[in-house]
Amino acid sequence: MKLGFLVDLNLCMGCKGCEIACKVENEVPLSTWRLRVKYIDLGTFPDTRRSFTPLRCNHCESAPCERICPVSALHYLENGIVNIDSERCIGCAGCMMACPYGAIYMDPETNTADKCTYCAHRIESGMMPACVVACPVEANIFGDLEDDHSNISLYIMEHKGAVQVRKPEKHTSPTHFYVGGGNQTLNPLAHQRLEGFNLFNDITHLEHVGDKNHGILDRFLAPFVGHPELDNTSLIESATDAESHEQEGGH
Amino acid sequence: MVESTINATQAVVTLDVPIQGIVWGSIITVNMWAKSIGTGVVFLAAFLWFRHSKEDMPNLRWAMPIIAFLALNVFLLFTLIDLHQPYRMVNIFLHPHWTSSITVGAWLASIFLGLITLLLLIGVGEKFPGVPFKGCKLTKFGRNNSALYEKLMPFVLFLAIPVTTYTAIIMAQSSARELWQAPTEVMQMMWAALMAGSAALALVSGSWSREARKDLALILSIATFFSFAMYMSEYFFSFKSSEAEAVLAFVHSGGAYNIVFWIGLTLGFIIPFFIAVGNMKSDNQTLLKFAAILALVGLFIVKDVWLKIPQLLPLS
Repeated sequence: MKLGFLVDLNLCMGCKGCEIACKVENEVPLSTWRLRVKYIDLGTFPDTRRSFTPLRCNHCESAPCERICPVSALHYLENGIVNIDSERCIGCAGCMMACPYGAIYMDPETNTADKCTYCAHRIESGMMPACVVACPVEANIFGDLEDDHSNISLYIMEHKGAVQVRKPEKHTSPTHFYVGGGNQTLNPLAHQRLEGFNLFNDITHLEHVGDKNHGILDRFLAPFVGHPELDNTSLIESATDAESHEQEGGH
Repeated sequence: MVESTINATQAVVTLDVPIQGIVWGSIITVNMWAKSIGTGVVFLAAFLWFRHSKEDMPNLRWAMPIIAFLALNVFLLFTLIDLHQPYRMVNIFLHPHWTSSITVGAWLASIFLGLITLLLLIGVGEKFPGVPFKGCKLTKFGRNNSALYEKLMPFVLFLAIPVTTYTAIIMAQSSARELWQAPTEVMQMMWAALMAGSAALALVSGSWSREARKDLALILSIATFFSFAMYMSEYFFSFKSSEAEAVLAFVHSGGAYNIVFWIGLTLGFIIPFFIAVGNMKSDNQTLLKFAAILALVGLFIVKDVWLKIPQLLPLS
């Protein structure tokens, strides 16, 4: 069995239902995302359109993150999922440097690397990933790539030449496919991130990796003197930077 | 940050999550810089002992392991503090994953540090019998096993090569950062080690013969020249990779780190090269030490820029 994912971008309407379902299912902390939907506006007024691109781990068959992980925290499951063991992760961020898709983040609560696992715990129980279940237009198609009669295999056969992966030149052999995408949506260098163009916020880049209150000394002292429990409330309270940015004229 | 768009599409991101900035920062630069010193002094010591009699460099036998020991400990300390879970470093030894150059490097560097510690005990034990206190069993062990130094040195020298170059393999495995994927990175690490090693030893070369110091200046000038030439070729020649070229085009056009990069190259490569070349004739110890300090500072700055600029790219 080799599990794969396909997103039909022609169907996606950018509702972010998958993003929220993923957040809830996996308790993904604030300021981090396993799955996100990126909006890209194309063209010049009045000839414009908006595209929506869900982005998650590609579960590559030749995964650079698995290769560089010094302690096998990132490892393959038998069904092809690239899973992560946060109990073993040492937080070196090597995987974040190796993943060409920027799909791995440092969890600010555990200070270990984390990413989409195709909801491996749900798969184990015979369920579909949370994002697949949440999608109202069935743009997410998930299944066994080695089974010619699975939904995903049939979809790939039906769309043949229109099926794409991100960054094929990286030779990572992703098991995550797109239909209806183009260079302008799948290539991060083909679109700009302009200050003041974001719809609901103007924070384009995170200022910290992992917990921003977890400095070098804290990393050593935390096991002995404890560390304030970080939850979403404290993350909201600490988001003063964003507020001051708004006061300075950001959205 | 580095982005571009195609005029025909005018694609602009209008809603996205904040993306990661620089993940590996100056802590990793200190790591690489200190390792260059730690292995570089071994290369230089081996070369100088091959070319000259030991009397020409009377303090080299104990000064080299002291410098290497300190530098390697700084390297390992900064490796540790960069981890978000530093106490789990032990997992590299308990659950090693051998396809990872981080694992291989950690093992090699640990063995290397062990051997350097033995050289330190012998070198310091012989020269300073009362250090750290009279009757210390460790330095006594060193004194009693003086002949071990020469036996260990070939292994230390051999091991210094992979310890120097494994960082280039980590960078090659960091496949998200195209700028580091150049095969020249391995040689860049070697030149950096020779540069840092010759610069570090220049600071303790006051009691050396003129000929030995001349060789030190020669290595410093060669290393700065070739390292500079390689940086220039990587900076200006095409990578045939859209991501690396986008990064370099951004820096070329006066983007972040442009000025810092050139300051680093001037301080650490261009000025030390000319001083070192001049020093081969004039043997001005003060100038050589000045060049050595500049080379160490400039090397740090340039390494820091080269580490950070590919991280300016959005990956998705």
